[in-house]
Amino acid sequence: MEFYVNHPVLFFIAGVLVAVVLAQSVYFLIKALRHSKALGMDQKKLRKTMLSAAIFTIAPAVAIVISVMVLSKTLGLPLPWLRLSVVGSMSYETVAANNALSAMGQTLGAGDLNAQQFVNVLIVMTVSIMLGIWLVPAISKKLLSGMKSLANRDAKWADIFSNALFIGMIAAFLGFVFCDVSRLWTADANGMVSVVEDGVETLLTATSGLIPVCVMGVSALVMVACGLLMKLPKMKWLSEYALPISLILGMAAAIPFTGWLG
Amino acid sequence: MKKLSYIDSVHRDGRIWNLSVMVLLMAFPVAVCVLFGVMPDWSSLAVGLIATAPMYWAVGAIETVTFVPMLGAGGSYLGFVTGNISNLKLPCALNALEQNDVSANSEEGEVVSTVAIAVSSIVTTVIIILGVILIVPLTPVLQAPALQPAFDQILPALFGGLGVAFVSKNWKVALAPILLMLILFVFVPALNAGTVGIMVPVSALFTIAVARILYKKGLL
Repeated sequence: MEFYVNHPVLFFIAGVLVAVVLAQSVYFLIKALRHSKALGMDQKKLRKTMLSAAIFTIAPAVAIVISVMVLSKTLGLPLPWLRLSVVGSMSYETVAANNALSAMGQTLGAGDLNAQQFVNVLIVMTVSIMLGIWLVPAISKKLLSGMKSLANRDAKWADIFSNALFIGMIAAFLGFVFCDVSRLWTADANGMVSVVEDGVETLLTATSGLIPVCVMGVSALVMVACGLLMKLPKMKWLSEYALPISLILGMAAAIPFTGWLG
Repeated sequence: MKKLSYIDSVHRDGRIWNLSVMVLLMAFPVAVCVLFGVMPDWSSLAVGLIATAPMYWAVGAIETVTFVPMLGAGGSYLGFVTGNISNLKLPCALNALEQNDVSANSEEGEVVSTVAIAVSSIVTTVIIILGVILIVPLTPVLQAPALQPAFDQILPALFGGLGVAFVSKNWKVALAPILLMLILFVFVPALNAGTVGIMVPVSALFTIAVARILYKKGLL
């Protein structure tokens, strides 16, 4: 068989793997829902949770589709389809593919990959990302039973501990939103900053670092507004949609903000 | 035979699923080699792996320890297979726990986060399949320059809303870590989109320390 990056066989193999992962998600969903009945949980509320999770997922999932499109230009379609459906992310796959190819004296995007280059890229990506998939089976039971015994000893502290983990993660991402604010004082006399990304230099305005801050502000304000509206008896339904609404309106606000500040 | 508890059966099934996925993933390059009659370029492969794997393994190990207690058992097995944890699965689970008003440590919390992460994984996978099928007509639409800024700013748009929901309820614990992260990200040039993942465990450890002090002083 003659190899090319969009060979139907590659689509077939990627499709089988994606189907297995989809089956795993469905399996765990059914298992959890069955157990929820045994626990006597409110099924109506759970259905709302499912709807809310589905709606919330749409925008980030479309962003993943865009990453697949970008990567498909250099790696063909089946490989990015698989890599972004099973772990993986745009930046991770780009780094892995670049490392694999540069070791062969090639660069990503220099031309179509041959079979050997494709195999090398595939192995580097797969082996490097594998850790989480096997480490979870290896240690999660111990880790979670540690949490459980903490909860048995001191339930209040265990709750605070969980919340502290969540807040720690959110704080890191809130800090990240501000990471380019320093462009305000590192800009040159013309108010421009040179940024090198993936070997390409681009000139950005000093105020471009404020775009994510403004977007976050809009999203936060929308969430506050939703929170206030939810207190009205007729608007209680909003609680399921508050996060997707703030996400979408924040993203939409990025378009004019980028026009003004970018 | 003794009947397994729900959590034990989640661990048993999760192990079987994850190890099977791992074997199947490794079978992909083997299949390509056999079908197309090629062998890897071994020396380049070794160089490529040395340049990539140690860094990602280190990050992967830290992520596992940090995220497993937040995702719960079912959520962890699924999340570490389907990926996009911090930008999608975890916010989704957090939002679901919040809506249902259940603790992450309870059995109800375990069920709620598994349901949210499973639904999110299914929707993501299906949307990517649709994207792959419809890539030709969709590419000009989704890659339109007018829409680009919206997708570039997905993380700030996500964490703005999530931040309000969580920080307002836990502001005493949140204040110090948010200030610390803000100062670090503004003034340390090395901290950016590429390194935020490494800062998550740092921030989480700091927050736990702050929470412990406040708890011991009876301020929580």
